[in-house]
Amino acid sequence: MTDAACVLAALDTVRDPELDEPVTSLGFVASCTVSTDGVADVHLRLPTYFCAPNFAFLMVADAYEAVSGVAGVRRTEIVLEDHFASAAINSGVAARSGFVASFGALADAELDGLRVDFIRKAVLAGTDRVCRPLLAAGRTGEELAGLSLGDAPPSPDRERLRARRAELGLPADDSSPLLIDPGSGEAVGVAALPLHLRKARLTRVGAEANSGICRGMLRDRYPTLGLGEDS
Amino acid sequence: MYEKDGEKYFVVDSHMHYWDASPANWVAGQENFAKGWIDCFHAYQSLGPAETHWPIDRFQKYSEEGLMKDVFEDGHVDVAIFQPTYLKSWYTEGFNTTERNGALSEKHPGKFVVNSRFEPRGGDAAMKEFEDNVARWGAKGVKLYTAEWLEDSRGWTLKDPEAYRFLERAQELGVKNIHVHKGPTIWPLDKDAFDVSDVDHAATDFPDLNFIVEHVGLPRIEDFCFMATQEPNVYAGLSVVIGGLMHARPKFFAKVMGELLFWVGEDKMTFGSDYGIWEPKWQVEGFVDWDYPSDEFSDYPRVNAATKKKILGLNAAKLYDIEVPAEFQLPAEEGAPADQDDAKLVEDTVGAST
Repeated sequence: MTDAACVLAALDTVRDPELDEPVTSLGFVASCTVSTDGVADVHLRLPTYFCAPNFAFLMVADAYEAVSGVAGVRRTEIVLEDHFASAAINSGVAARSGFVASFGALADAELDGLRVDFIRKAVLAGTDRVCRPLLAAGRTGEELAGLSLGDAPPSPDRERLRARRAELGLPADDSSPLLIDPGSGEAVGVAALPLHLRKARLTRVGAEANSGICRGMLRDRYPTLGLGEDS
Repeated sequence: MYEKDGEKYFVVDSHMHYWDASPANWVAGQENFAKGWIDCFHAYQSLGPAETHWPIDRFQKYSEEGLMKDVFEDGHVDVAIFQPTYLKSWYTEGFNTTERNGALSEKHPGKFVVNSRFEPRGGDAAMKEFEDNVARWGAKGVKLYTAEWLEDSRGWTLKDPEAYRFLERAQELGVKNIHVHKGPTIWPLDKDAFDVSDVDHAATDFPDLNFIVEHVGLPRIEDFCFMATQEPNVYAGLSVVIGGLMHARPKFFAKVMGELLFWVGEDKMTFGSDYGIWEPKWQVEGFVDWDYPSDEFSDYPRVNAATKKKILGLNAAKLYDIEVPAEFQLPAEEGAPADQDDAKLVEDTVGAST
């Protein structure tokens, strides 16, 4: 029998594409149950009634895919609660009909490009998470330009960076350069490195500040912790 | 004005509102949107200090007396700049129109600047409305919502030919401050409402206009900063930055401010309380007291009283030609408020600073 913990573990792999954090730790999972006959029922919630529907759609669709892949789940129901576009998103995802079909004339493109843009941002932000401690420990920018990904000390941040690079098809093995352009995958040279690191830090600051605002808004809206939420 | 530790601050609140979101003003059939919008604003207020939170009924519609007390009597503001938000598809009389703001301004001469707006998709009728508003209320600025829906349109950009027609007219009329909302928003669907590339184009093509990006493009602050550092006439509007982060997330506030000071510069940043979302009092007092919390931030530009004087009022006063009494002005060695040359800072220093 499949239990809710397995489904919740699957939801750990679903990220807010904009914040690059799991929907579980963000507190977006309101409930998660599995019936004895294998029907998984997940309710998601967001910080505001008007959170951007494109990102909301991606999260609901990704949750549907992740939960459907759990062994023993025969049917998946993902319900986005309390959102102005709940009806269109929930029915569109359930019918697996894609974003454009779900919103008709209101949308004129699928969301793949948007998702890629934000994974590129995640690569930049992740670069700062891996490099900032190295700089603090006395490494110079020039030294960083000569390092490979495998030269950085093992850490969850390094593996997160590796995973995002792999998702974009960028070099991600240990021998690949630590610092790469998130668009082309080319190594960042010494001359371009100071600006690259500045941009990486700024991108991380933007994402983390935004995450802080979203968490604050969510708490005002829903006083209770979500399933798997960071406390 | 605000005085602390012998320093006198002239305060211009460059982004605030006087709205009516009470149920009586909700459009029939659109109640979910009208309620959802104001509830969302109200949740933002929760990011400020608990003693400044209002009950929802006061938040939906606050009184003239309350505004005057919160902003001027208690809030240290010398001049406040009204930024209109129409939303007439949800609110019968509009949410916060030029007329509503202008009527209050006329009762309190010298206290307010009344900005207007334009709607590029509205054709000649919208142009006439814009011209009439400028003539009637003396607007020197506009607030634009590029992501706003209108009939079948799900938003527009400053690059559109229709928008250029209005920007040209704005320039002719002396409406030189273009406040663009690039921040937390709701629409549109597949388009990225936070994209600031259209500001980049317009700022290049209209060098005599100032583009104040409200909410600094949050959550895409990096896109805003990369653009702003290349455009001398682009400014960072700090509404939401101070109100949403300084109290609730002080560490991230310090980082965001550090980044803005680095990329955009102290001459290009303007305070806005976003009243009635947040009262200006705690924001002004807190910002004057603020500094980086630890050595972790030593890589960012320093802040001093001159920095804060520029951000809290002198920069916006320059953009709006607001007269500042001599006692609040800076000595010449502190630089000129709103100086466009500040944009060169990053290119000059970035190579040496990492």
